[in-house]
Amino acid sequence: MKLTVDSTLHDLDIEPEMPLLWVLRDELGLTGVKYGCGIAQCGACTVQIDGVAVPSCQTLAGDVWGPVTTIHGLGTPDALHAVQAAWIDHQVAQCGYCQSGQIMQAAALLAETPAPTEEQIDDALSGNLCRCGTYPRIRAAVKSAAARLQEAPE
Amino acid sequence: MSRAGKIARRTFLIGSAAIAGGVAFGVVMYKRPHENPLLSGLAEGEAALTPYVRITPQGITLITPRADLGQGAYNVQAVLIAEELDVTLDQVAVDPGPPSPAYYNTALSHDSAPFASTDDSFMAETTRAVLDAPMKFMGIQITGGSTTVPDGWEKLRHAGAVARETLKAAAASQTGMNTADLRTENGAVILPDGTRLPYTDLAATAAQIAPVEDVALRDPVDWRLIGQDMQRLDIVAKSTGTQTYGIDTRLEGMLYAAVRTNPRQGGAMHSHDAAQAETMRGVHRIVPITGGVGVLADNTWRAMQAVNAIGIDWDPNASYPENMEAHWQALSDSFTEANRDSRFRDDGDVDTALQGADTVQAEYRAPYLAHAPLEPVNATVLVTDTRVDVWTGTQIPRFVQQNVADITGHDTDDVHVHVQMMGGSFGHRLEDTVVRQAAELALAVKGTPVNLTLSREEDMAHDYPRQIAMARGRGAVANGQVTACDLGIAMPSVITSQMGRQGLPIAGPDLQIVAGAWDQPFAIPDYRVTGYRAKGLAPISSWRSVGASSNGFFHDSFLDELIHAAGADPLEERLRLCNHAPSRKVLEAVGDMSNWDAPLPQGTGRGVAYCLSFGTPCAEVVEVTDTPGGIRIDKVFVAAEVGRVVDPVNFENQVQGGVIWGLGHAIMAEITYADGQAEQQNFDSFPFMRLYQCPDIAVRGLENADTVHGVGEPPVPPAAPALANAIFAATGKRLREMPFNKYMDFI
Repeated sequence: MKLTVDSTLHDLDIEPEMPLLWVLRDELGLTGVKYGCGIAQCGACTVQIDGVAVPSCQTLAGDVWGPVTTIHGLGTPDALHAVQAAWIDHQVAQCGYCQSGQIMQAAALLAETPAPTEEQIDDALSGNLCRCGTYPRIRAAVKSAAARLQEAPE
Repeated sequence: MSRAGKIARRTFLIGSAAIAGGVAFGVVMYKRPHENPLLSGLAEGEAALTPYVRITPQGITLITPRADLGQGAYNVQAVLIAEELDVTLDQVAVDPGPPSPAYYNTALSHDSAPFASTDDSFMAETTRAVLDAPMKFMGIQITGGSTTVPDGWEKLRHAGAVARETLKAAAASQTGMNTADLRTENGAVILPDGTRLPYTDLAATAAQIAPVEDVALRDPVDWRLIGQDMQRLDIVAKSTGTQTYGIDTRLEGMLYAAVRTNPRQGGAMHSHDAAQAETMRGVHRIVPITGGVGVLADNTWRAMQAVNAIGIDWDPNASYPENMEAHWQALSDSFTEANRDSRFRDDGDVDTALQGADTVQAEYRAPYLAHAPLEPVNATVLVTDTRVDVWTGTQIPRFVQQNVADITGHDTDDVHVHVQMMGGSFGHRLEDTVVRQAAELALAVKGTPVNLTLSREEDMAHDYPRQIAMARGRGAVANGQVTACDLGIAMPSVITSQMGRQGLPIAGPDLQIVAGAWDQPFAIPDYRVTGYRAKGLAPISSWRSVGASSNGFFHDSFLDELIHAAGADPLEERLRLCNHAPSRKVLEAVGDMSNWDAPLPQGTGRGVAYCLSFGTPCAEVVEVTDTPGGIRIDKVFVAAEVGRVVDPVNFENQVQGGVIWGLGHAIMAEITYADGQAEQQNFDSFPFMRLYQCPDIAVRGLENADTVHGVGEPPVPPAAPALANAIFAATGKRLREMPFNKYMDFI
């Protein structure tokens, strides 16, 4: 099976019913993608396929329809995506475990809706659970990332 | 050393004590100071100045023994050391250090003494000092009870100062100059002519001289780091997916594992049939473990698939009541003299005061709750003939070391625990069942590392939850004032349950049964708080703010009912009754922040609540609107008194998170048992607050007290009662049982 992940093409000998999450974590070693619930309730595993944010725990490898972007492909410590930079500025993370998913979801939102309203932010990110309760900072960081992207579009 | 010497000559007859976060000790005599764990690993030319600082020619390492559960503990510990050591955080490495008895946690033992934290009497201070000694003896390196900052406040800064002064002495000895002419800055000793001698170059000399122990801590006006906005050490990694957690441990040749154990807590497995599972792709081995069975495979998903394909015959008997009706009945039946556990508060004469009076009466309930940190519990273990290595996120590394040694048969010293960054805990990682399971699996495949990750379902079903609890209040009012309050609280003992799993028997009362209630600074003339110990219920464990998580709701809700019965203003009457100056300040602060006296429109309401827990007074005001779609929480105002705010950004984040934790669970979550099995196993049936439900939360940290306290837990207890009190103000409906959505819709 062929999968393009973070711009790299992989040829994998795996069951098509294996959730993408476990392909990424255990077959490709992309551990920035997190397992939280396995039933698309927490969003920790969120990645983008063709720019659309999806829960990778409920996306079967055989159903992947386009190139996959994980948190590792979005940006790196040396080359941050605007959303990651905003997350750092606002010091969003506590335990940080959900933040890969939050960031992937926020980046997908802003690609589609560059200037989201409060309601659009709530709608887009309410599938992503944060048990530490960083929501006030997430909200602020999304707004600041939006402003950042509008000033200097990628 | 002199302090240790003094303690060694004492004999202690304290007995067992139960404490927040879960530590216990027996009657012991403390004999000798602990060895410095860093000395053994040092090579020629290296110096270890204190157990918290390690300097080698290659670099400076700050040892931060309190675990990072996401609360920023590594950062705050590093800051305290760095403040005195004169280094910047980008010059040092931070290492949680090996499990060692030298890292005892003094602040935890302070909270186990039966004195309210507002009590600074001679008796209270003496008892707290005496309690230090058995903590040293036990060498309990525990993270919990919001103690990281209070415990490290003096110790870590002192360690930094001793290190700094010793490095100066080393520089003096190398150069022949006077120490008084030297200063330090950014990881170097500076000579009068401006020459910089990096600490790393002085390490060898510093190793040869006696440490300078007579040091004074800096005046707060000279602080460079404490109290300043700073970037957390882990923030870039946690924003780029590059922070690794225990679950991300990857080793050469590693197998991935999944387990299933009896869905009744602690139940046995009669038999299993793994015929089908054995044939599944990627499966290496099926291994029976305590209470169940595990699968070792080449991928976590394949292991989980295979473990679910095993047919299992479980022991059908639970060691606790099978359904909730029986749990509540057991609590209800516990309000007896025979079950009485403590009565630390007994002011005035409550019985006489309530006799014949027109009393206010109410009963309250709080359910079992799962911890459910977002990173499921996991452990990676490698067993060889000569040693065992364990990679896991844990708050109790010393217990882990001992328990793994018992399973594998190695000496404790040959078990090496590598504490990993944790994706949350909330008390869950004070338990180590998953590590024991991983050790059993790894022992079956010596030489091969095994990474065991519990599925969310397996994790939640076997979580030792927050205590279930019930309270009954009776009180009286007169002339617009609260005059009498008699509160009884029944719950199982969390400390007995938790420490029992570590083989530590506990005697004496469990302070957690009444924490957040008996110790509140209110001068009600006739005032009594009684704890009742419920027995035979489900095993439980410490959950963010422990006893106070239920008792803060009970105590403050009942106080609010009494205040309303008296016809008094909720904030004014709390202030009138409060006899602790720093606590009055937090109440005044939330009054100011929320503009308490300003009228609100119809259908909205404002509630105030207060709780003192873990030494930190915390007050909250919640504002709600009763909308056609349900109650909407609009705003929360929080003030907490911590003595010193070490890291303002993290302080705000922790407080907001604590409020959300308290509100989210109060509104919508519970664990219930049917047929002895938890009915909630994932976030669909155990929901939590989402972004769209999250109110604005304004935070103020106060620094009026002369002692330093933590803030991880104290914002939790006032959240539920502040919300219930606000809902009462908005709707006239009094909520006495959590979760509130049993009685009311929420947005």
